[in-house]
Amino acid sequence: MDSSVGNVKAARRSKEEKKLLRKQIKASHTLLRHEGIGTVSQPTKSLVVANGGLGNGVSREQLSAALKEMGEVETLVMPPHKPYAFVTYRSEESAQKAHVHLNGQHMECGENSVTLYLSFVNSVACQAEVCVSLPEGLVLVEDFVSAEEEALLLAAVDWSSTNDDVTAQKALKHRRVKHYGYEFRYDNNNVDKDKPLSAGLPKECMHILERCVRNGHIDIMPDQLTVNQYQSGQGIPPHVDTHSAFEDTILSLSLGAKAVMEFRHPDGRVVPVVLPERSLLVMKGESRYLWSHGITPRKFDMVPACDPQSPAVITSDLSYNSSLTLNKRGTRTSLTFRKIRHAPCCCAFPSACDSQGAPSAPLPSPPSPPSLPRCHADAARLEEEYVHRVYDAIASHFSSTRHSPWPRVCHFLSSLPPGSVLADVGCGNGKYLGINPKVIAVGCDRSSALVQICAERGYQAFVSDALSVPLRTATCDACISIAVIHHFSTQVRRLAAVRELVRLLKPGGRALIYVWALEQEYNQQKSKYLKDYDKEHAENHHIPTDSALEDIKEAGNHSCLGHVSEGNQVPDGKLSVHINRTAFNAQDLLVPWHLKEGKGKKGEKEAGEDGKKSKRKGRSKKTSDNFSSSNPNSCAKFTAGLDSDRATASDPDPVSNLDSEPKSSPGLDSEPASGSNLDVSDTAPRSDSRSTACLAPDTVQDFSSGPQSEPESSPAAVFHRYYHVFQQGELEQLCGQVSGVKVQSSYHDQGNWCVMLEKD
Amino acid sequence: MKLLTHNMLTSHVKGVTKGYPLLIKATEVKVNEVEFNPEFVSRMIPKLEWSALVQAAEGLGHLHELPAELTPDYEKNEEFLKKAHRVLLEVEVIEGCLQCPESGREFPISRGIPNMLLNEDEV
Repeated sequence: MDSSVGNVKAARRSKEEKKLLRKQIKASHTLLRHEGIGTVSQPTKSLVVANGGLGNGVSREQLSAALKEMGEVETLVMPPHKPYAFVTYRSEESAQKAHVHLNGQHMECGENSVTLYLSFVNSVACQAEVCVSLPEGLVLVEDFVSAEEEALLLAAVDWSSTNDDVTAQKALKHRRVKHYGYEFRYDNNNVDKDKPLSAGLPKECMHILERCVRNGHIDIMPDQLTVNQYQSGQGIPPHVDTHSAFEDTILSLSLGAKAVMEFRHPDGRVVPVVLPERSLLVMKGESRYLWSHGITPRKFDMVPACDPQSPAVITSDLSYNSSLTLNKRGTRTSLTFRKIRHAPCCCAFPSACDSQGAPSAPLPSPPSPPSLPRCHADAARLEEEYVHRVYDAIASHFSSTRHSPWPRVCHFLSSLPPGSVLADVGCGNGKYLGINPKVIAVGCDRSSALVQICAERGYQAFVSDALSVPLRTATCDACISIAVIHHFSTQVRRLAAVRELVRLLKPGGRALIYVWALEQEYNQQKSKYLKDYDKEHAENHHIPTDSALEDIKEAGNHSCLGHVSEGNQVPDGKLSVHINRTAFNAQDLLVPWHLKEGKGKKGEKEAGEDGKKSKRKGRSKKTSDNFSSSNPNSCAKFTAGLDSDRATASDPDPVSNLDSEPKSSPGLDSEPASGSNLDVSDTAPRSDSRSTACLAPDTVQDFSSGPQSEPESSPAAVFHRYYHVFQQGELEQLCGQVSGVKVQSSYHDQGNWCVMLEKD
Repeated sequence: MKLLTHNMLTSHVKGVTKGYPLLIKATEVKVNEVEFNPEFVSRMIPKLEWSALVQAAEGLGHLHELPAELTPDYEKNEEFLKKAHRVLLEVEVIEGCLQCPESGREFPISRGIPNMLLNEDEV
């Protein structure tokens, strides 16, 4: 094993450290290359600060403080969701000073620590600063009420009584509400116009409302008030206020703390609007009738920084991304004033108008890919949908492409003394459980469908989550985690996964961890994952793959994705969808898995272990395991050619690398029975009913059956798996945060970053 | 689930301090013949919680005369190793559940596979 990349915490200025630093700087360059930002070696006034980005949980205030110690900062640009930032100093000397002093420094942000890497850049690219204007009809009036009025209004709302009838107070799932004037009913999204509540609007509101009328924000006094109170982390789903219930203008007063409200147009446009405390939001016309509005439940918002150096900004427009920071949400109370409507609505937006035949339920927001999670619950939901469910759905196809163990993992396993206890956490189809028959091997996986495959192969395996493995502490001589930890969507969870692995180890026990690398090109060598694309590209003239990829891309652009990552910012921080077999443009992304419907009952080779699989009981149409037929699109050809490839290739597992090489920790907890025997033909329609399906065309044709092609091939279902691909040094850094364990060695193996840990 | 695996498993429900050993409630148990490898079995034994193994085997009615105490010099005692082999590797729980001794939480075993997933509030 390589031992070149050592522990990040090694003593400063040692040779090792310098080498490490060089490597990591190189890595950040790679990242930048992916982001399309060039760095230069000679000093300039501007630097890119890798890892010092909002996307890493670094706040503007924190970074700014560190940077200002080095000299006068002219601008600090922190693109949303990105792991880096740009700083421009007044002088080159300051920039140089920053480069010398801050490079390689750790910065604590919350529970995490990041290591900053700085490189000079010629110019600061403020990419994608397209001005998105506010939705038509939307007006935000800042400081509409004074702090005194705010206090008075907040005091006027009495939350002490629970569910009183007078004001129809309710504790909803994600916030609490109170109604005055009329009760808004969440069952039918309307009001009982004949049943006014006994309490009218609180008198404290009256002069505020009079001011609204006087200033022309509304023509007529509202007669209904809904008070919503949101604790940090709470929100409200996107909705359009029912047309038939309320007149045109809706007023919303924000008190207590600011929050970001997202407006969504049915065409997919998203406009986040910062609602500062004591501001009044006026929704009229299109913004009231057609756009939905909602607040994403999260604890931090990205908001424009109150930075005197960027004055012109941004009342509410987040698309000026150059001076964003993170704002921790506090308790926000909103007062929404509406006027009950007594005649049917005849607005100009019939598609969203229940009076004109549209469904009265809140408009569903346009389907879109998920955002990068900002809290634990978000992360768990994301992984549930974009990891666990997907693996259960694709288990048998997935397993059929995961038959060749990687040589260096095998080497590790073979090196274990006889009688060692081995836990494979995220064991997938169990391909590593039988490598060394002299060890006591047990596997676990989040996917019951995959665990079922292990069991059918005669391995001992159980279903569990990698964050909570039901094995006794300090009982394992060795643990492996191969292509698992990249499926956790926050750093905190990735760290927890490493901790859990280490917990299982006996003192002196070793763990081997593999994760997918951002750098698919390393030491001037492309990984197999990329090479296979090139190969395919060259070999096939009638070419399918290409066009399949194009299709994906195009459909992506035109469907809900709105965006296939090009390295620029994704609106609203949505995860971008990776194009298979291309370099990564981002660290957090969705990787398509093309599941083919249809069978290849061709009697083609059932090579290797796959032969066994056909014996699996309960699989009604088992031949789908067959390589060439089961791999749609680009997959088909590589897999077909696999065996010959493998004999000579240094590559650990061409197929594994195909769509990434995960074999990991997925699995919906439900339906252990049916899940394991999922017929591919079942999964296609299933995918339609899920939001994953909307992410991509589920009609991508199987173009690529290649030489052994199947004329009757049918459309492929596309599933998307979430990945966090690691940049160089990141895995070591992650492991370095776990006490009681040392990074013994680390290396790059065919597009993966790998570490070997040893417990003290 | 073989009893070897059972011997390694513990309850991991939040707040539970004594989650070991898990109680087996089996509705279907099978005994499958597995090739006997005395070396493998004798290497396995020091890794085990012997009393938990005996308790589990007894509970299933598959003790196969396994002694309650570990026999000294078991490495050389083929008869003993054969019994251990049988209990550890041949007895399999196919259907049933594992119960946490402290919280009473049950983890289902279906088609030989324990499902140890926890609910959100148990983590």
